[in-house]
Amino acid sequence: MTPIVTFFEKLFSGRVWGILLDAFPRLLGYGIRVTVPLTVISFALAMVIAVIVALIQFAQVRGLRQLCRFYIWLIRGTPLLVQLYLIFYGLPSIGVTLNAFPAAVLVFGFNEGAYMAESIRGALESVTKGQIEAGYCVGMSYLQIMWHIVLPQALRTAFPALSNSLISMLKGTSLAASITVMEMFRQAQVINGRVYEALGLYTEVALIYLLFCSVLTVVQRKMEKKLSSYGGNRA
Amino acid sequence: MMLQVRNVHKRFEDREVLRGIDLSVEKGDVVAILGPSGSGKTTFLRCLNFLERADAGEMTFDGKTLDLHAAGKRDIADLRKKTAFVFQNYNLFLNKTVLQNVTLGLTCARHIPQDKAREAAVRALERVGMADRLNSYPGQLSGGQQQRVAIARGLASDPEIIFFDEPTSALDPELIGEVLAVMRQLAQEGMTMLVVTHEMEFARNVSHRVMFMEGGNVIEAGETKAFFDNPKEERTRAFLKTILENR
Ligand SMILES: Nc1ncnc2c1ncn2[C@@H]1O[C@H](COP(=O)(O)OP(=O)(O)OP(=O)(O)O)[C@@H](O)[C@H]1O
Ligand SMILES: [Mg+2]
Repeated sequence: MTPIVTFFEKLFSGRVWGILLDAFPRLLGYGIRVTVPLTVISFALAMVIAVIVALIQFAQVRGLRQLCRFYIWLIRGTPLLVQLYLIFYGLPSIGVTLNAFPAAVLVFGFNEGAYMAESIRGALESVTKGQIEAGYCVGMSYLQIMWHIVLPQALRTAFPALSNSLISMLKGTSLAASITVMEMFRQAQVINGRVYEALGLYTEVALIYLLFCSVLTVVQRKMEKKLSSYGGNRA
Repeated sequence: MMLQVRNVHKRFEDREVLRGIDLSVEKGDVVAILGPSGSGKTTFLRCLNFLERADAGEMTFDGKTLDLHAAGKRDIADLRKKTAFVFQNYNLFLNKTVLQNVTLGLTCARHIPQDKAREAAVRALERVGMADRLNSYPGQLSGGQQQRVAIARGLASDPEIIFFDEPTSALDPELIGEVLAVMRQLAQEGMTMLVVTHEMEFARNVSHRVMFMEGGNVIEAGETKAFFDNPKEERTRAFLKTILENR
């Protein structure tokens, strides 16, 4: 019990409370101005990659399919933090120097993209084959069938998994602090360097992440209800 | 002759499923394809629309001859635009409304403008009695209603022939009638139809001709009345006998 009591004593002592109040608008500001855009841009990139990679595998495009499997194998088998270091600190030695923010976007996009590709591929495969055949029978082309019938249903099916990916990516952007991106967590580190209040500041930043994720969860619930599989099912 | 099919062969791995099927269909004909389970009826129908690639066979449709094994993409696309296929389990597009299910093939594949497509779709849906459910999703309809929408989806593009693969087999008994009624109506309006079915009443009263298959062969084919009243083959008699006993 003692550590917990001490935790609250420290947190609510006048000095700490003042620091946290001061830090709050700055942290939230960095959250909204950096963490959120970093997440949104990376997620958009991940989404594009995931849809393409999933479709290539679903359509069994020869050659490219192996490339996709290789990409997924590579990404899933290596830690995100190591990927960040490799791209940001490693690549300059072969002449590829990226700014921290774009480097983070690339790594987060390609990393989560691999996981999302697997979610979408599974969802694509769950669309009944008969609908594809029916599409052919009414004269549609493969791409038209994909675009109008298979992909929309797959994205609906994959929606919960994709929402998870978004939330996980939002939290994951804190790793960008390690490659000098001045985002919310890095800002907490910077403030802490001045005032030495690790416990309070990191609790505070954790709560702001929690707030962001809670908002996403609420939005996800709302959208899921709205999307509830095409007018709901009779059966 | 509107459709003539010659010598269709198909095997799945080591199973020979079609062993040289021939069939001719006149404009306005309703041909019932009968046969025990596993005799190759579905496979035959699917080969005619290239959902399945035959190993050999030829088909003359609308004055044009296609190789059922080697036909190219273009020819297949052309053929599909002039035919319609009704599946046993409807296969409606689950993410589309009733109306969209019917218009999609018109706007996508035939580049008919949206408003014209809508008119054609509503007309087709009126013919099957589903015009009051334009904005429902398939998941909100009964099996019989879904199958009628599926028929409307085929009708909308004004096909020259409609292939039906056991259109009532997935339905609860009380829903079979509404679908058969629509098909009967189409037959009376002169639609050319090729119908795989286990509904003997329908075959007997609606179809003009019957083709009876077993083990990938056509055992007997001919006029409906002669087929039922006076079957020539022993196998046909046996089949009809089991069917009649089981009802
Ligand atoms: N894709 C496939 N791969 C392997 N075998 C198949 C395939 N499709 C059908 N078959 C086999 O081919 C044979 C004929 O099947 P088909 O579905 O054409 O019969 P059917 O006459 O339509 O039967 P039913 O009345 O049960 O629908 C069956 O033995 C079936 O197991
Ligand atoms: Mg069958």
